[in-house]
Amino acid sequence: MTMFRPENLDDALALRAEREVLPLAGGTDVFPARAVDEAWGRPAALPLLDLSGLFELRGIAETDDGYRVGTLATWSDVIRAELPAGFDGLKQAAREVGGHQIQNRGTLVGNLCNASPAADGLPMLLLLEAEIELASRRRRRRLLLDEFVTGNRRTTLAPDELAVALHIPRPPGDVPSRFLKLGSRHYLVISIAAVAGLVALDGAGAIATARIAVGACSPVACRLTALEAALVGRHIDGGLVPLVAETVPPALSPIDDARGSADYRREAACVLVRRLLMESHSGRVAA
Amino acid sequence: MNDVSARPRLQLAVNGERHDIPAPAEERLSRILRDRLGLTGTKVGCDAGDCGACTVLVDGEQVCACLVAGGQVVGREVLTVEARDPVLDRLKESFLTRGAAQCGICTPGMLMAARALLESTPAPSRAQVEDALGGVLCRCTGYVKIVEAVLEAGTISEIPAAGEAVGGRLAKVDGAGKVAGTEAFGADRAPADALWLRVVRSPHDRARFTVGDLDGFLRAHPGLERILSVADVPGSNAHGVYPDLKDQQVLADGLVRHRGEAVLALVGAREAVEAIDVDRLPIDWRPETPALGLAAALAVRGGPVHEGHADNVLARGRLVKGDVEAGFAGAAAIAEGRVETAFVEHAYIEPEAGFAVRVDGAVPEIHITACTQSPYMDRDSVAGIMGLAPEQVRIIPTACGGGFGGKLDLSVQPLLAIAAWLTGRPVRCAWTRPESMAASPKRHPTRIRARLGVDGEGRMQAFDFEGDFDTGAYASWGPTVTGRVPVHATGPYRVAHVRNLTRGIYSNGPPAGAFRGFGVPQAAIAQEAALDAVAAELGLDRLEIRRRNALRAGDETSSGQVLSASCGLVACLDALAPGWQAMLARVDAANAAGGAIRHGAGIGCMWYGCGNTSMSNPSIMRVTLDAAGITLHSGAVDIGQGVNTILTQIVADALRLPAGAIAMVTGDTGLTADAGKTSASRQTFISGKAAELAALDLRRRILSQANAGADATLRLDGAALMVEEGELRRALPLDEIRLEGAGSFDPPTTALDADGQGVPYATYGFAAQIAEVSVDRELGTVKVHRIAAAHDVGRTVNPTQVEGQIQGGIAQGLGLALMEEYLPGRTENLHDYLIPTVGDMPEIEIHLIEDPEPLGPSGAKGIGEPALIPTAPAILGAIAHAIGAPITRVPALPHRVLETIRRAEQERAT
Repeated sequence: MTMFRPENLDDALALRAEREVLPLAGGTDVFPARAVDEAWGRPAALPLLDLSGLFELRGIAETDDGYRVGTLATWSDVIRAELPAGFDGLKQAAREVGGHQIQNRGTLVGNLCNASPAADGLPMLLLLEAEIELASRRRRRRLLLDEFVTGNRRTTLAPDELAVALHIPRPPGDVPSRFLKLGSRHYLVISIAAVAGLVALDGAGAIATARIAVGACSPVACRLTALEAALVGRHIDGGLVPLVAETVPPALSPIDDARGSADYRREAACVLVRRLLMESHSGRVAA
Repeated sequence: MNDVSARPRLQLAVNGERHDIPAPAEERLSRILRDRLGLTGTKVGCDAGDCGACTVLVDGEQVCACLVAGGQVVGREVLTVEARDPVLDRLKESFLTRGAAQCGICTPGMLMAARALLESTPAPSRAQVEDALGGVLCRCTGYVKIVEAVLEAGTISEIPAAGEAVGGRLAKVDGAGKVAGTEAFGADRAPADALWLRVVRSPHDRARFTVGDLDGFLRAHPGLERILSVADVPGSNAHGVYPDLKDQQVLADGLVRHRGEAVLALVGAREAVEAIDVDRLPIDWRPETPALGLAAALAVRGGPVHEGHADNVLARGRLVKGDVEAGFAGAAAIAEGRVETAFVEHAYIEPEAGFAVRVDGAVPEIHITACTQSPYMDRDSVAGIMGLAPEQVRIIPTACGGGFGGKLDLSVQPLLAIAAWLTGRPVRCAWTRPESMAASPKRHPTRIRARLGVDGEGRMQAFDFEGDFDTGAYASWGPTVTGRVPVHATGPYRVAHVRNLTRGIYSNGPPAGAFRGFGVPQAAIAQEAALDAVAAELGLDRLEIRRRNALRAGDETSSGQVLSASCGLVACLDALAPGWQAMLARVDAANAAGGAIRHGAGIGCMWYGCGNTSMSNPSIMRVTLDAAGITLHSGAVDIGQGVNTILTQIVADALRLPAGAIAMVTGDTGLTADAGKTSASRQTFISGKAAELAALDLRRRILSQANAGADATLRLDGAALMVEEGELRRALPLDEIRLEGAGSFDPPTTALDADGQGVPYATYGFAAQIAEVSVDRELGTVKVHRIAAAHDVGRTVNPTQVEGQIQGGIAQGLGLALMEEYLPGRTENLHDYLIPTVGDMPEIEIHLIEDPEPLGPSGAKGIGEPALIPTAPAILGAIAHAIGAPITRVPALPHRVLETIRRAEQERAT
């Protein structure tokens, strides 16, 4: 085993093009996977490609049309960044990833590349309509996240590509987003289900925009497009209960595992979505 | 291009010093710190960022050193627990004086996490402290004293007056090394030339296998010195904790009975061993149908797990008193409690580790330095496996980073011994977290039914208990569990007619053995649920029904033992009664508001026999006076619970000297006498008594030497012991004197007859706890808000430590009730297997009840296991109170709670 530590992106992409390497950023997924292999006597096969020396991949910056989150931006960077209210849910998600140790090292982009069904970054980034920028010696391209994460532990990252940044359009209005996470303990817990939402009301209190996504209830977190469409123009009241019950479960394909049953996940997702909507109501009325 | 791996060295800045280290860039920072810089204060608990034990600061931010490649911190500042730093020093002092370190394995991680916080936030709130510590797991303390230590860092705590040690808050006598990070645990030290050993384990729950050409494999892998197989075991390959039941294999002989069972061991240079791809070893696996779970095991799925046990039943326990059917016939109300429980992992933060050295003299010896709870048993077991005399085996316990019963069984010792014996070289080994979880014993999964009949006033008339305990692939301590549970199954109550039956069942799960309470915590869940159910039927308050039935001095237990003293349950209940009424009122008020969150209150009681069941289990202690001063020679292993401090306090008071005058030699089979195992809540009671007797004996000898009377005062004055009485002043020069006091204590018990009648224990601990919870009726999530605990400990030797035991026991009881479930192959790590974090802990209020035990040292008895037993019944009772239906399967994960709520709603609707 070995580790490469390029000092600029061109060198990194050259390495990536030459040979099979495992990109390393915060290490919060790479080393735990390695621990399992070590325990069962499977020596690491791939050299590491350490990205932490690549300055151009650092930081969170405002751009003309939104925000750029570099591949090396950590959960703590997200928490500390000055971002509009539409990012509140992302900060909430960041605070519930692991403990401070993980938040200080783990990266948002790494969370996407690892492509766990329970990745807490994806629901919020889906509703913020983020794009991921992939670079290789051949090309640069941007993908919407539902084109990037395609399955449990599966992405469309090509073997010669590196994810370099997320591009997040400026969220609509000054409406706070929310993230609700369900787990069996406080701190250090993998989501049984997670819901992210951004709901803007019009002057009359009716829903003007609704973006809602669910994590850990399907191989890849997903937007609830049917619900989102049905919500527009409606008021937040008890009438939403049947609507949620009708539209949410068909959008999900949860599994039974040690953390919870599939039936439970469907039901919990409905509860979380309902609560998120009610909280949006009790929050503010947007312009 | 910058290929760091091409450069063999790394330039790192650690604790303000520059280092130029020959290390590959991809090596974990934790390993670089420990193995290359000798900074073993940074502990490794999981290598996966789950436990936080390796927390260090990089440029002031806390990170898990196991998740950082060395090459990634070049040019950055690394700070470890060894750093000289005023903030860290203040925290260390606070941790030490407030009892925030028990075993000490998480302490460096906690300290560093706290250091990161205090740097940016000098006066943090409790919530900020919890947030900062949320990434570090502790299995001993329940976090309470850790949070207090961070909040109060910089203030001074009280120090007990000299000569009044018992009852005082003496700081841990072995605590300085724990907070400094200098104390050596199993993986922290080994001879520099030690070979590395790794175990090859079965990936199958049950399989037959044949091993091909190992010699060829060995030759093809330079650096590999040996591959151990069953043929290399010099003595008996069979071992176990009972003299007449040795069913476990050191290395499997063609058949594995659980995932994680040891098959081969690779021995050689560490790099060579770690480079081996185990899948390429010549092992031909033929998996068989495993019997997983009690139902499959009782159906003998796949055939018997062991020859000679055609029905997979390993052991049965039985206690019968009176006529249980007649008792039910006369009962005014009858109710049942049922529960199914899961494998529970000890999850000590220190995985098993150690090293062995062959010492060749006139008679060759093998010396094993490792973490353990039972050095003398280890010595005798290893002797059998090695075909050596026990005197040829020396066990030197390291500091033990948590045990809870899981380090009573052999772990690394036999293979280390064989490897060092055969190679003639020192050999070391540290289990990884997944292998620790796959291979170490667990708490027994159970299926229990308890039926209870009471009269019109709620007095218990008849109790009928059946419990099956899944002991997994090997006996471990299974028969102890099936024997201990019937004695305790009624709970701490008077019952005339009793029938308690238990079975220990073999399966292809991991071996289930000793875990804080030996089956009693599981039994108490069903028994206390039955009591709640009859109380509901009669409309009686749940505390009141317990008070009516509580065992009092003079009562006869279900084993026919008349308790003569030290039965403080009624006092415990009385201490909790005002809080209980307030809790019920709070819960009612909160529920009146309606909504999705329902509140509930619950209560659990327990009793627990201190020491082994109906067996001689003596402890022998020596206290010497010589050139080294006064030294207590104790074979009682301190696994963090604090016996070293307790014994020091007892000895100090018996000698009438300050605690600071007592030095210790601990737990080395070559230097100390057998104090028995650290288990069964026995060390304070039994070894404490032996130490008291030894100290009194030494005092008598000193006074006799000095011709002084019984009331003379002793004083250490430089190189002399001063004996003073009125006009008499005699100086005994330490370098001229050699006196020894000896003490031994074996609690009086009798054998149990075929009906389980007799005196199984000399004394019992008693306790009651109440819990307040809220349950989200739509999500099934549970939050425990408050627990009040009242424990009769006979006499509190050290309040800080007793509180620490109770707080830590509550944390483990909470885990048992709400989140802990070990599933072989699925939860072999600390992110899928959940133990409580600092954020899960309720507010805890403690009442210490002192109903003295005449046999105990200053009246003291045990607290280790009693701390945990009432917690799960109290929490589960509170959940049932909140949702109107009992939880019958634990852990009460959200989906199970929600199922129970839904089922109860359906039943009410129909």
